[in-house]
Amino acid sequence: MSRQIIDCRRLLCPMPVIRVQNAIELLPDGSLVEAICTDPGALNDIPAWSRINGHRVVEARTEDGEYIIVVEVVQDSGP
Amino acid sequence: MSEQRKAAVLISGGLDSLLAARVMLEQGIHVEGINFFTGFCVEGHTHAIRKRDQKKDKRNNALWVAEQLGIKLHIVDIVEEYKQVLINPNHGYGANLNPCLDCKVFMVRKAHEWIQAKGFDFIVTGEVIGQRPMSQRKDTMPVVSGESGAEDLLLRPLCAKNLPETLPERAGWVDRERLYGFSGRSRKPQMALAASLGIEDYAQPAGGCCFLTDESYAIKLKDLWHARGNREYEMDDIMLLKVGRHLRPASHFKVIIAREEGEANFMQGYRKLYPHLKTVSHGGPFALIDGDIDDQDVELIARLVARYSQGRNADEVELSFTDLAGDTRTLKVHPMQGHEIPKEWLI
Repeated sequence: MSRQIIDCRRLLCPMPVIRVQNAIELLPDGSLVEAICTDPGALNDIPAWSRINGHRVVEARTEDGEYIIVVEVVQDSGP
Repeated sequence: MSEQRKAAVLISGGLDSLLAARVMLEQGIHVEGINFFTGFCVEGHTHAIRKRDQKKDKRNNALWVAEQLGIKLHIVDIVEEYKQVLINPNHGYGANLNPCLDCKVFMVRKAHEWIQAKGFDFIVTGEVIGQRPMSQRKDTMPVVSGESGAEDLLLRPLCAKNLPETLPERAGWVDRERLYGFSGRSRKPQMALAASLGIEDYAQPAGGCCFLTDESYAIKLKDLWHARGNREYEMDDIMLLKVGRHLRPASHFKVIIAREEGEANFMQGYRKLYPHLKTVSHGGPFALIDGDIDDQDVELIARLVARYSQGRNADEVELSFTDLAGDTRTLKVHPMQGHEIPKEWLI
């Protein structure tokens, strides 16, 4: 399973969400995207964006003042 | 069974776009949201920066609205393209530096491009005639649909009955009879509709979601443009205008002084891009300097920053100054007194 790391340090929301969104758009089902953020708002916004767009947050943790959110890509065929 | 039509709704996070999307869902339309990020959006940034705001609910209202509606939301970064809208608005500015009409035209144009690329049928906004003095008037509504290129693919469900029929209505994709005829500045019709749809929790709308409508922010942005002799800006510029106390003791430099710990932490992220000062002998603020400065300027800035430290009444305050090359030296200065700081310095 591929894992793409996205450096969102010093970016304020919604930029980390946009980075994750744009990365996911290009990835196949089952890929993992790991966002490393310094804005605590990302802990709310990336999971919220993932929920409404059908992707799955598999990990969200705080480590050395950074917020790490791992999202599993779920690509659907749309309506 | 007829084909389910697809609409892209411009979601701001406020009540009007929430209602517009909901009205479309009620009519069986497949709805997805688009939210544009210009760099001047208020809520997320100020919450992230200011420590005293960090305990507040940090929800992003656009995401929250989408989640309540059960629709997808696409957040689109338009920071670079938006510069031309702000710098050269065809229809001018509102009360401050808010190019509301050009902004709306631009966003609908981007939405039009988006629906064409994604195979959606039409665009929906939460606009209401008379709601806003610049962008939501009877005479500016056709400007938005016309100049954006969306034409009759732009449907405003909350005031559609006051406007000519659009393609989604004519084609029977949506039932015009189940749209609304709101107008004016009153929020009561929207609040009544929300109540009738069982919507109780929504962000308080006031047009306050953009820093460009804020007078003090606009003054700082004008000062930046004036000092540089042009209207260009980068993301870092517009972010730093959101934080700190800005003082311009001379035309060739300004000082940004953190007002509290959250701002200081945020500004520390810029310490490699700007010369900066920090008090050493007393508790005090972190300060960035924007401009080309000499030793005499550094002395003055140090005295100014000392004024905002806990040593403001001391004979001497020690500060560390770091230049752009990263070289640090200490200074001992007598803090500036209140009467030595002209009001004109404060931007």
